[in-house]
Amino acid sequence: MTTPFYLTLKEIWRNRGRFLLFSLVIALITLLVLFIAALADGLGNGNREYIEKLNGELIVYKSNVDLSIGASRLDRSQLRAIVRVPGVKDAGQASFSSVVLLQSEGKKFNVALIGVEPGKPGEPPVVLGRGLGDKSSSEAIIDRNVALRTGYTVGDQLRLKAIQGTQEEFYDLRIVGISDGRQYSLQPSVIVSHPTFDRVKPGVPVVNATDLVSNLIIVQLDEPLNWKAMAITLANQVEGIQAVDRQTAYQNTPGYSAQQSTLDTQRFFTLLIGVLVIGGFFQIQTLQKVPQIGMLKAIGAPNLLIAIAALTQIVLVTILGVSIGALATVLLSFTFPATIPIVFSPMAIVIGVASLMLVGPIGGLVSVRYALRVEPLTALGLTG
Amino acid sequence: MVNALETKSVTKIYKSDIGTIRAVDEVSLNVANGEFVALVGPSGSGKTTMLAILAALLRPNEGSVMIDGAELSQMSEAKRARFRREKIGFTFQANNLVPYLTALENVELMLRLNGKYDRAGRERARELLARLGLGERLKNLPRQLSGGQQQRVAIARALIHTPALVLADEPTASLDTERAHQVIQTFANLIHEQQRAGIMVTHDLRMTQYADRIIQMRDGKLRRVISDPAEIRAFATTGEAVTAN
Repeated sequence: MTTPFYLTLKEIWRNRGRFLLFSLVIALITLLVLFIAALADGLGNGNREYIEKLNGELIVYKSNVDLSIGASRLDRSQLRAIVRVPGVKDAGQASFSSVVLLQSEGKKFNVALIGVEPGKPGEPPVVLGRGLGDKSSSEAIIDRNVALRTGYTVGDQLRLKAIQGTQEEFYDLRIVGISDGRQYSLQPSVIVSHPTFDRVKPGVPVVNATDLVSNLIIVQLDEPLNWKAMAITLANQVEGIQAVDRQTAYQNTPGYSAQQSTLDTQRFFTLLIGVLVIGGFFQIQTLQKVPQIGMLKAIGAPNLLIAIAALTQIVLVTILGVSIGALATVLLSFTFPATIPIVFSPMAIVIGVASLMLVGPIGGLVSVRYALRVEPLTALGLTG
Repeated sequence: MVNALETKSVTKIYKSDIGTIRAVDEVSLNVANGEFVALVGPSGSGKTTMLAILAALLRPNEGSVMIDGAELSQMSEAKRARFRREKIGFTFQANNLVPYLTALENVELMLRLNGKYDRAGRERARELLARLGLGERLKNLPRQLSGGQQQRVAIARALIHTPALVLADEPTASLDTERAHQVIQTFANLIHEQQRAGIMVTHDLRMTQYADRIIQMRDGKLRRVISDPAEIRAFATTGEAVTAN
């Protein structure tokens, strides 16, 4: 063991109470950073999950609606025109609304009602059961989140409530399949065929519609990597539409960008607080150690040794604190109910932990620099 | 006897708002191997500045400092740091020890810094501490030791790497009379036994009785050198007008 590491380990071990306490402060900062990241992921996921996982490369909107799904209206003729464009493999219409899912004992919660064309892009693959069959039947696919919250499974009946005109109406649907998580607009999803969607969705009921009007058209391409060129081609060849990729689509869902930038700002400031707290702690500690550092330099300890010892100490304390914080975060995450929009994705945890690992040494650099400037003459009570 | 230390016309000048101060003014002195010298003088006489120059912590404006055959004036800062850890042993008035290392580890630290930390070195550190009456205190942290015990650990650390020159800055400042005599007597004995050159800065004139030579400074200049044993004893007993810090 080389001398700087030896000094670092001895100092930490013989002052373990103080260093553990400070590691716990870093652990709390880690907990906060990871929770904000998880909240950002959870909320972001709740907004983008359905669109992000769509089995199509392009999302088509009505032009001049600023990529607002609610304002977009596309009809069957536009779908047919899109399918005729060379390079388009398949396309399907998708519509969105919100209804109340009623459970026994008066429990209820809002769900996203998504109308799709069975077998077409837009209908999610099921992990249990089967896809939507007969267009006109009262069948539904529920996503994993609905299944988790209700305990429903394939074959069960679910009851939806919607306001039609001024009346509350109730609709019983049979669950034929369960998909993975497909939240939309922070709500778990119930996916139905378009005729069922038109019947259930709140508002003025659509009776005997001659044309299928939807919010979006989901387009599958022959060459998925060629989506940029195809987006331009579609817009040129089909009148009144705008095509974008999935990422652009979910970034333009209401509130998504504002929400994510708010959470990113919080995350940035938490990291900044981390830099200041860690920097402050080590700076105070260095100030307390000035006579000792002066003595070490006076007996011949080189600056490199002082710097390595100080940096090693910062890195070790940061690793300890971040590890405790990450472990506490993982343990706490098991205690959260599925309804809370917090998602601990491995990537977010890795990025959060890596950021904090960098924050420690960055915060401590000032104290290292200060330690290097301590004059060995201080050991004799003199100044340079 | 061979000189471990030779200085020629060493001068240190400080510039301040009120003018130029010659903290050390053309001081020339030699210290031989196995010789223990007491550097005394009133506050502001320049003895601590002189000690800092001898310890390669300060560069003189003029003159030369030769320790163990090496001239310090032209050395880079890195070389001076290396010179200090290899050729100089140091005890200070306060903050002598690393607070989170035990007595034994503090002594061994000099071996680690010099890349000489081996079984023989560790054994020598134990023996030296035992010799200084700290055989039962090897695993004690500095805060668990008295001031005298801490000074003795510092003396062991100053000697463990067989330096050419051992410097002590007010080693008895925080000790009671009995402890002060014990510490300095042991220090002087070890200097003689190990044939090191030792210089002690002190304002406690009673401690000069253990020195082979007394060098008195005033206003930055070397005023008087006492080397006759009878004169040394008389100086240590009656003293002169040396103001305590």
